[in-house]
Amino acid sequence: MTHAKFSRGLVPLSVLSVVLLVGGFAMVFFYAPNEADQGFVQKIFYLHVPLAIVALCGFVAGGIYGIRFLRKGDRTDDLRSYVAIHISLILAIGALITGSIWAKASWGSWWVWDEPTLVSFLIVFLLYACYQPLRFSIEDPERQARYAAVFAIVGGAFVPLNFMAVRAADSLIHPRVLGTTGGAMPGSMRLTFLVCLAGMAALFITLNKYELTSKQATFALRSLRRRLAGDDDWVPVRRSAAPQL
Amino acid sequence: MSPALPLDDAGPYVAAAYLVFLALVVIYVAIMAAKLSRISREINELAELAARRDEQREADRETVPR
Amino acid sequence: MSATPTRAVIAALIRKDLRRELRTQESLPAMALFSVTTFVLFHFGLDARSLEGDLAAGVFWVTMLFAAVLAINRQFVAEREEGGFDGFLLAPVDRTALFVAKAAVLFGFLVALQVVAVPAFAILLLEPSPGPGLPELAGMLLLADAGIAVVGTLVGALAVQTRAREVIVPLLALPLMIPVVIAAARGTAPLWLEAGAAAVEGRWPLILGLYDLVFGLLAYAVFDYLLDE
Repeated sequence: MTHAKFSRGLVPLSVLSVVLLVGGFAMVFFYAPNEADQGFVQKIFYLHVPLAIVALCGFVAGGIYGIRFLRKGDRTDDLRSYVAIHISLILAIGALITGSIWAKASWGSWWVWDEPTLVSFLIVFLLYACYQPLRFSIEDPERQARYAAVFAIVGGAFVPLNFMAVRAADSLIHPRVLGTTGGAMPGSMRLTFLVCLAGMAALFITLNKYELTSKQATFALRSLRRRLAGDDDWVPVRRSAAPQL
Repeated sequence: MSPALPLDDAGPYVAAAYLVFLALVVIYVAIMAAKLSRISREINELAELAARRDEQREADRETVPR
Repeated sequence: MSATPTRAVIAALIRKDLRRELRTQESLPAMALFSVTTFVLFHFGLDARSLEGDLAAGVFWVTMLFAAVLAINRQFVAEREEGGFDGFLLAPVDRTALFVAKAAVLFGFLVALQVVAVPAFAILLLEPSPGPGLPELAGMLLLADAGIAVVGTLVGALAVQTRAREVIVPLLALPLMIPVVIAAARGTAPLWLEAGAAAVEGRWPLILGLYDLVFGLLAYAVFDYLLDE
């Protein structure tokens, strides 16, 4: 049973997320100037890019927790890895959808294979979509945790490599659709972007804690039930992809 | 570079993007709410179970003949 | 008593697998047949007398990738079904030797495959002779094969213990190997131009080398955890 109290700091963190995100979005619409080339559509940038960056960092974090789990054997690290990847996957779906909307608004089609960041992101997403099925296909919980950690580590190393490779393959003939202004970003835009990025990061950590707390409560309840009800009321644990503490 | 969409055309797309984000967050909140209600239901059941066990122990104690 | 030196263990494991392949012939002929058949299909499907440049490279490398998946699917099956894992784990040897041996064998299979596949490719789909660019081509082939071998062995070991091995191998291996396909295809594309082989851009071998290094080290560090206690 883990002694870490996941809920610690959950409330201030969620407040921080709200402040940063609401403030950031306010800045997007009331403070940041309209971009010259893309116009109003460019406002999606402040939502799409933070989602993508935080999702990718979340995947890498999942890999780091995987390393910690393999080295120390503490099941809590496996849980952290699982939750980080789980939530990053949700953010990744958001990034893909917002990117698609942006592509539709800019280029008129829902997907552009020319945009290297979108394509490399799709590849990473497809890879991590296999994480939960992989876990589910391994019955033994100890082996499931180990193999999931290996997957998380390999995936975490894959994220930067894939990004580099697809970026390098980007032909210079095709202009970067989803970039910002042609030149450097003006200060007001950069500030807005950073606030949104910070808000998204805070949201990610908040959701992580939330999920971890919920899982911890469920496990505590299960063991409490076992203690109170004894053998009569024992419900066999269903096979699941999520780590059990 | 494609020409910039005028505000009326671009508005729906930007709104859609931000609404997608809102939807994701709200769906997550809903799922967590369901989990929370399940957990509180289980806690109530366990509390009942504990109360019943205490009653049982009280009842058992009293059957010892004097 | 000293444990058997790792090099000897690796050599023994490689010899065992090669002997097995010679006797059962379950991987290499399948890979070769698959590749040639795919080239023939493309020959008719694309209705092109000859391919060149990016298209040629893309066709070649995607075919190589799928052929590799064929081999990866069978890599650890014998160990799993006939108790080879247990036997190996009981021996007082460095466990990573299994990874090195399996990856080396897969690498060998890929090289052997390409000895057949490259000429077949040239005859069926290319017009210009690949002769002029041969050393560069060989270099790119070796680099890409190393990457495929490393990642493929890792995925193979991971998948063999799950219930859905034949589904999980392509699901995991193909996305992971996309950087290899990108770098190898873009790298070899100039070698297959109709006008004659052009120079290979420096960044592609570099990316392949980086990929091989990162995943090689990673797989080496992590493989141990895939074997049961």
